[in-house]
Amino acid sequence: MATLTPTGSQVHDLLAQRRLPWWNTAAVAAISVAIAGLFALTTPISGTAGTAVTALLTFMVVQTAVSTAVEGRRYAVDRLATTLLVGALVAALIPLVSILLTVLLRGLHALDPSFLTSTMRNVSPRKPGGGIVHALIGTIEQVAIAAAIGIPLGILAAIYLVEFGNRSRLARTVSFFVDVMTGIPSIVAGLFVYTALVLTVGLERSGFVGGVALSILMIPVVVRSTEEMLRLVPRDLREASYALSVPKYLTVLRVVLPAASTGIITGSMLAVARVTGETAPLLLTTFLTQSINANPFSGPQASLPTFVWDQIGSGTTASVDRAWAGALTLIVLVMILNIGARGIARLSRVK
Amino acid sequence: MAKRIDVLHLNVYYGAFLAVEGVNLAIEPKAVTAFIGPSGCGKSTVLRTLNRMHEVTPGARIEGKVLLDSQDIYAPEVDPVNVRSTIGMVFQKPNPFPTMSIYGNVVAGIRLKRRTRKSELDDVVEASLRGANLWEEVKDRLDRPGSVLSGGQQQRLCIARAIAIEPQVLLMDEPCSALDPISTLAIEELIYELKQQYTIVIVTHNMQQAARVSDTTAFFNIAGTGKPGRLIEMDETKTIFSQPAEKATEDYISGRFG
Ligand SMILES: Nc1ncnc2c1ncn2[C@@H]1O[C@H](COP(=O)(O)OP(=O)(O)OP(=O)(O)O)[C@@H](O)[C@H]1O
Ligand SMILES: [Mg+2]
Repeated sequence: MATLTPTGSQVHDLLAQRRLPWWNTAAVAAISVAIAGLFALTTPISGTAGTAVTALLTFMVVQTAVSTAVEGRRYAVDRLATTLLVGALVAALIPLVSILLTVLLRGLHALDPSFLTSTMRNVSPRKPGGGIVHALIGTIEQVAIAAAIGIPLGILAAIYLVEFGNRSRLARTVSFFVDVMTGIPSIVAGLFVYTALVLTVGLERSGFVGGVALSILMIPVVVRSTEEMLRLVPRDLREASYALSVPKYLTVLRVVLPAASTGIITGSMLAVARVTGETAPLLLTTFLTQSINANPFSGPQASLPTFVWDQIGSGTTASVDRAWAGALTLIVLVMILNIGARGIARLSRVK
Repeated sequence: MAKRIDVLHLNVYYGAFLAVEGVNLAIEPKAVTAFIGPSGCGKSTVLRTLNRMHEVTPGARIEGKVLLDSQDIYAPEVDPVNVRSTIGMVFQKPNPFPTMSIYGNVVAGIRLKRRTRKSELDDVVEASLRGANLWEEVKDRLDRPGSVLSGGQQQRLCIARAIAIEPQVLLMDEPCSALDPISTLAIEELIYELKQQYTIVIVTHNMQQAARVSDTTAFFNIAGTGKPGRLIEMDETKTIFSQPAEKATEDYISGRFG
């Protein structure tokens, strides 16, 4: 080894690179914050957001200058790009974290065991107490109905598009309308189902009608995610199956779908999670109620999002507290669904 | 049992592009026929028309006839699924089903199509894996996924899977091109054994391999990019490698190509 090591000066000339010391970033950050503070005191640019922006800009300028002088252009650009990326990440996380924190802090206030087990029946909006069990039951039933309709339809449509459509006119039309459906506002889906099932067919407003409205919002999400997963299955596998003289429908059922199942399950569960928080279509289709209605096929049914909407609408301290607690329950429910999706996906992959 | 294949005036198109033109050839039963030729000359294309696998490619179509023991496999009443149960295929890249175990891979062609008793399947698995020279290496871990095997083992698994459905003809598209010399040797020996029962067609870029394993060799060539590939000559392997009729064949075999 020793014979291979060149002399120190050679290393310096050929390969070594002068780098800034590790504490440089912290130092530059401190300087930037100080300068931004000075700015805040002496100029109209003040307030938290303004100061943060000034600090960030100062940081980028100072760091780029120092780095260019010491390390050269490539490292300076690298540091600048890193700063921008981390900055974007933090900017994207701020609203998310702040929402979660707010809901957590305000929601925990009214959340106690009785909140999860009682209804709002005979509870005055002004008084604390009451609970969400009726809404929880409603949401679970409505989402289950939506999933029972939306997931099979979506998966079947995607199978048609990828495996059998071959860019035929019908396939292109279906694909176009799936795109259109992705874009419809949720209240329009609610209005459509209300018009179709309640006004035209004559069903009464119920959890089922709400579930249908939610399923309309789910379908495009399921179709698109399933389509993507099916297209990811390599041609090799299909060919291997055909070469074993397996007919096409069995190839799709036994080879392609299992290979894509992880992604399809995840996509479907994300679609479920997405519609769990929908409010507008449910207001039109399930209406509101303060007590348990476990039958989704008859009469108004509560749900978590409409519960939150209703409680906020009452506007008293007690009802707003309940709204926050309801929102927290909703977020936890969606999280459980997401984690469940990952768990199922992992289980099916191990096999 | 093993069947012969006759190809008559075969043209193959990908959309409007004529990839292969005017191929006539006869593939003898219980023998190994090798397809050689430069890249892009249409060896895989011709091979895939022999069991209608090209139909999986959108826009691919053929003109001409392919006869399996004098029955036209492109006749309107013929079901491609039946063709492929008679003429099996092994691909260049080993492609075991990732969601299935070794056992499941071997019986895939059977179990995907009909319910079969477990004991019957067990017999098929052992016979096919023995047939593919893989039994000893995997018999203790049949329930592991096929992807845990080495590349050479995976390729032999694919061969086992192909022979499990008892085809009469086996098509192999460069089955050894991703394998080391030892696995290659194993597969060549296997081909030699399989020849006792099956008609085998193998595409290879390896001249020595063609010379070693095949009885008949077909040389394909292409006049230039965008031109269709053609069958230049086909003869006993001995003859092709010692005194080919065509100058192009001699040039290709001796490496004086182009
Ligand atoms: N799916 C396809 N779509 C369009 N053209 C194709 C397709 N597959 C092959 N071709 C064309 O057909 C011609 C023959 O291709 P083929 O794959 O049969 O060659 P090959 O002799 O097997 O070559 P190689 O030795 O490189 O595998 C080539 O010009 C190729 O570009
Ligand atoms: Mg090829």
